[in-house]
Amino acid sequence: MAEVLVLAELNPAGGGVRKTTLEALTAARAVGEPSAVVIAAPGTAAGVREQLAEYGAATVYVAESPEIDEFLVAPKAEVLAQLVGEKSPAAVVIPSSPEGKEIAARLAVKIGSGFLTDVTEITADGTATQLAFAGQVIVHSRVKTGTPVYTLRGNSVAPEPAPAAGTEQQVPVSLSDAAKQTRVVDRVVEQKSSRPELTEASIVVSGGRGVASAENFSIIEALADSLGAAVGASRAAVDSGFYPHSFQVGQTGKTVSPQLYVAVGISGAIQHRAGMQTSKTIVAINKDAEAPIFELADFGVIGDLNVVVPQATELITARK
Amino acid sequence: MNIVVLVKQVPDSGSERKLDSSDNTVARAGADNVVNEIDEYAIEEALAVKEAQGGEVTVLSVGPDSATDAIRKALSMGADKAVHVSDPAIHGSDAIATSVVLAAALGQLEYDLIICGAEATDSQMSVMPALLAERLGLPQVSGARKLTIDGSTVKVERQTDGGYWALEAPLPAIVSTWDTINEPRYPSFKGIMAAKKKPVETKTLADLGVDPSTVGLGAAASEVLDFAGRPPKGEGVKVPDEGDGAQKFVDYLAGQKIV
Repeated sequence: MAEVLVLAELNPAGGGVRKTTLEALTAARAVGEPSAVVIAAPGTAAGVREQLAEYGAATVYVAESPEIDEFLVAPKAEVLAQLVGEKSPAAVVIPSSPEGKEIAARLAVKIGSGFLTDVTEITADGTATQLAFAGQVIVHSRVKTGTPVYTLRGNSVAPEPAPAAGTEQQVPVSLSDAAKQTRVVDRVVEQKSSRPELTEASIVVSGGRGVASAENFSIIEALADSLGAAVGASRAAVDSGFYPHSFQVGQTGKTVSPQLYVAVGISGAIQHRAGMQTSKTIVAINKDAEAPIFELADFGVIGDLNVVVPQATELITARK
Repeated sequence: MNIVVLVKQVPDSGSERKLDSSDNTVARAGADNVVNEIDEYAIEEALAVKEAQGGEVTVLSVGPDSATDAIRKALSMGADKAVHVSDPAIHGSDAIATSVVLAAALGQLEYDLIICGAEATDSQMSVMPALLAERLGLPQVSGARKLTIDGSTVKVERQTDGGYWALEAPLPAIVSTWDTINEPRYPSFKGIMAAKKKPVETKTLADLGVDPSTVGLGAAASEVLDFAGRPPKGEGVKVPDEGDGAQKFVDYLAGQKIV
């Protein structure tokens, strides 16, 4: 079976592989036998090889160098292009993070191939599904030129174990000067959160303008915590200063596609719908019965969020 | 400091957007076309850098004739001049082919800094700075929420989940900006009037020395095979809260095996 290279996306500092990597390994099996590629600081691969093998990596290519993390994006694209040249894989699959899409773009130019971003499915003949215009249009597309490069959108494919050998193979790293131009001098975490990452979470609870203040977002957070969910916010809430921009769901923020999306005090402007309408189940809580969010909702409560949300949190907590 | 701002005209994300069933490309004719929203932040940042450092801001846009509206908007905000690459052969270009055209156009301009928006609302790919950096051999400094020029170095805070990465690169470089970086100015009446007199140079592929057979729909490295509208969602259940709204909500979640 043809080899498919899957770039592993890792959590910072020994945090293992991200769920998106397991999803990519799962999706890659449609087109061939996945091999994982770990391009990271020295000593990283040892901690993740087993997990990559469990999810189907026949081979784990290990390209480790202190220079990888010192520079932005370009080193990973360069190592991956070198590997594509050596292994002539049937395809390359990369998790669809901002960095993943940029690696895919640079890789595509380097190897003279086409690339497709944010695909939600890859089929055996290489055809991919994409969601255009914020999920309003479902598109089937394919790469016509070269080795297809795909970035797989998070939460599109359920990760399934498929134990494989995970044989480690070292890849020497020798970077060009062109790859060493943009230096990453610091990585700053401003919001430490025990909650799941927004784009990876299987449940998201978001608050909108109706939450009415930054302090009152605590009721959104409490509901989220009772469900083990990530917290999101509409643009109106972010623009009003209720919640930080990095949690914004919508056209100019994050696109999420969880199993359950709970929209609290969110009217459902197009800007917001663009970021969440592909969620599997949508529940809305809003005092305005005419709010457009109810058009999308599988279940809706017309009522005061300040009453309904704390009650719901209590009921959910009591069930545990 | 000479700055080139890349501006894209897109169908308004607030209106209904379509693909053209004749060739599966974005339906731009007849759409409600506007400046890509995040590009306004890129224009603002370019103007702010110019105001601090001196120099000139040039708008560069690839698009059909109608893209002049987007270019005029950028000029009315305060950019000095513009280059509009327009050629029927460009129609249907994918991101890779578009980067070939932009790279050729940039090759004819003098710049210390290229700024663009981090994402276009039509394609939502967020890849143009990476593609251009790769083609032009420039530092890629993408996803900025803050930009500082320090001598011949550009320093950027690259927005990440829950924080930022501090990036540094030598000029010339290509930077992309998110909508967290500034608050774009509105064009003044004076600015709108002045924009009408600012030079807009129109260039074809021949002017750029780009072989038309290497771009456009035929040369695209990827293609759309077919598309369909999202099937409409079935009617949901909507209950008024009569003291039991929270209970019904939790019952619904339980029915879905979520709690």
